[in-house]
Amino acid sequence: MSEHEYTPKSKAGKWFNDRLPLLTLGAHLTDYPTPKNLNYWWTFGGILTFCLITQIVTGIVLAMHYVAHADLAFASVEHIMRDVNYGWLIRYIHSNGASMFFLAVYIHIFRSLFYGSYKSPREVIWIIGLMIYLLMMAAAFMGYVLPWGQMSFWGATVITNLFSAIPLVGDSITTWLWGAYSVDNPTLNRFFSLHYLIPFLILGLVVLHIWALHVPGNNNPVGIDIKKPSKDTVPFHPYITIKDAFALLVFMIIFAGFVFFTPNVLGHSDNYIPANPLVTPAHIVPEWYLLPFYAILRSVPDKLGGVILMFSAIFILFVLPWLDTSKVRSAVFRPIYRQFFWILVIDVLMLGYVGAMPAEGIYLVLARVGTIYYFLHFIVVMPVVGYLEKTDPIPMSISEPVLTGGAEPSLARKVNDKV
Amino acid sequence: MSKEEKKPNRRDFLFTASYTVGAVGVGAVIWPMIDQMNPDKAQQALATTEVDISNIEPGKSITVLWRGKPVFLKRRTPEEINEARNVSLDDLPDPQRDEDRVKEGKDEWLVMLGVCTHLGCVPLKDKGDYNGWFCPCHGSHYDVSGRIRKGPAPTNMEIPKFEFVDNNTIKIG
Repeated sequence: MSEHEYTPKSKAGKWFNDRLPLLTLGAHLTDYPTPKNLNYWWTFGGILTFCLITQIVTGIVLAMHYVAHADLAFASVEHIMRDVNYGWLIRYIHSNGASMFFLAVYIHIFRSLFYGSYKSPREVIWIIGLMIYLLMMAAAFMGYVLPWGQMSFWGATVITNLFSAIPLVGDSITTWLWGAYSVDNPTLNRFFSLHYLIPFLILGLVVLHIWALHVPGNNNPVGIDIKKPSKDTVPFHPYITIKDAFALLVFMIIFAGFVFFTPNVLGHSDNYIPANPLVTPAHIVPEWYLLPFYAILRSVPDKLGGVILMFSAIFILFVLPWLDTSKVRSAVFRPIYRQFFWILVIDVLMLGYVGAMPAEGIYLVLARVGTIYYFLHFIVVMPVVGYLEKTDPIPMSISEPVLTGGAEPSLARKVNDKV
Repeated sequence: MSKEEKKPNRRDFLFTASYTVGAVGVGAVIWPMIDQMNPDKAQQALATTEVDISNIEPGKSITVLWRGKPVFLKRRTPEEINEARNVSLDDLPDPQRDEDRVKEGKDEWLVMLGVCTHLGCVPLKDKGDYNGWFCPCHGSHYDVSGRIRKGPAPTNMEIPKFEFVDNNTIKIG
């Protein structure tokens, strides 16, 4: 927040701003003091905003041509691909956009994990972010059902059947979700309705996410509290906007690469076969961004146990700020935690890989090891390492290491060691 | 609370009464919003299906759609029936006698929902380690009676309500 109150220059601006202080908000957003050492891992917030808007715009357009009926949905998607002007482009942007959205959100989440952005005083930002992530998964899952191909149908069947694991009321809940006695036309209809709704819920949560961010201000690579505004900060505009814009441009090149050169590489060819309730595809897999959780589900030889563990894998993240006992935020100054962080990254990637493989033999063993480590990391490693670890000295301010030689936080530490 | 015990007055009564009426009103509006998602009349109308079974040879099976779900109708050979009945109940995760899964006197006809009790996929026939069905999704093995033997599925494949209308026709539902 800027120190001096903003007053619009023009009389009309002042008149309006006195009645609705939108211009004050705009001034706050442009002047917003941002740590000057933010690296490119911090550009994914802006990239994610771009992804959300892309999905909403392309989605609204697709809904003008799509028909949410079990007999017509598949054909209407092919109609979009073949007949609608630029329909192929819009649909490929939308379907690949979902993948790019998740790619960006995973980088965003792991950035938070590495630099301790979820810790006090930013717990609420973190929790709102996780709610956005949950809604993203729901939206992506329902969106995948809409083309009504084989993977759509059987993916919907498997995921909705997860709820049948609930004791006593499980079957009633599943039937209620379906609106029929199996995944059928009523299911498709309501999924379309909800798929259209959820992005706007996400948009609302994004506003809260940013609002909550602007209360304490950004975390930064060295993870220390900074005075705002000070010589440690720069105004959001133009310094951060231009950096975000450059990162977004690079991101869009990769995005366009998928859309124009390999638009189907992240999908599954079985989804170009119309849904058939009598035949399950030989090997059904969810979209890549859900695979780690799918691996956790399959690693448990018990239906209810698998479902509980899968949901726990997500919900444990909500209490992460209280499981981490370390006072130091950034992993740059946490030599032990830093190693466990990378083990977690490898663990999640491995779970994603085995989630795509058949649940047997070595893959099942790896899935079990990976699942156990995933939970150990959060329940045991984070609290214990926080207590035992001897952290490196942290700099007094961001400017200090910059002015004495290098912008690299690792240099900051060396500088500090000599003192 | 102060020292003197606060007596409920008219205003407290009005608050409580208003909240109560409000809660009943909200509930009365919410329930239709929830219940509209349950299967509608058109879905319920599809509750029964009649199947002609005269063309099924021993050892063969057909699959029909009932309420959007596949139903397996298998005419079992005497060897298959024997195999199903010689299994010790101790070997079954969900113990059930084969006799209890078929109609008495119609032992050769196995009629069951072709839906894996794990997460709802359709198991493949004549596959798996037990000469019965195998679910490709998460690897559940069912025996010749449709009982779960190995894998993540918790229970045997379900037997729907059905009856023999005559010797050649089965009514499911």
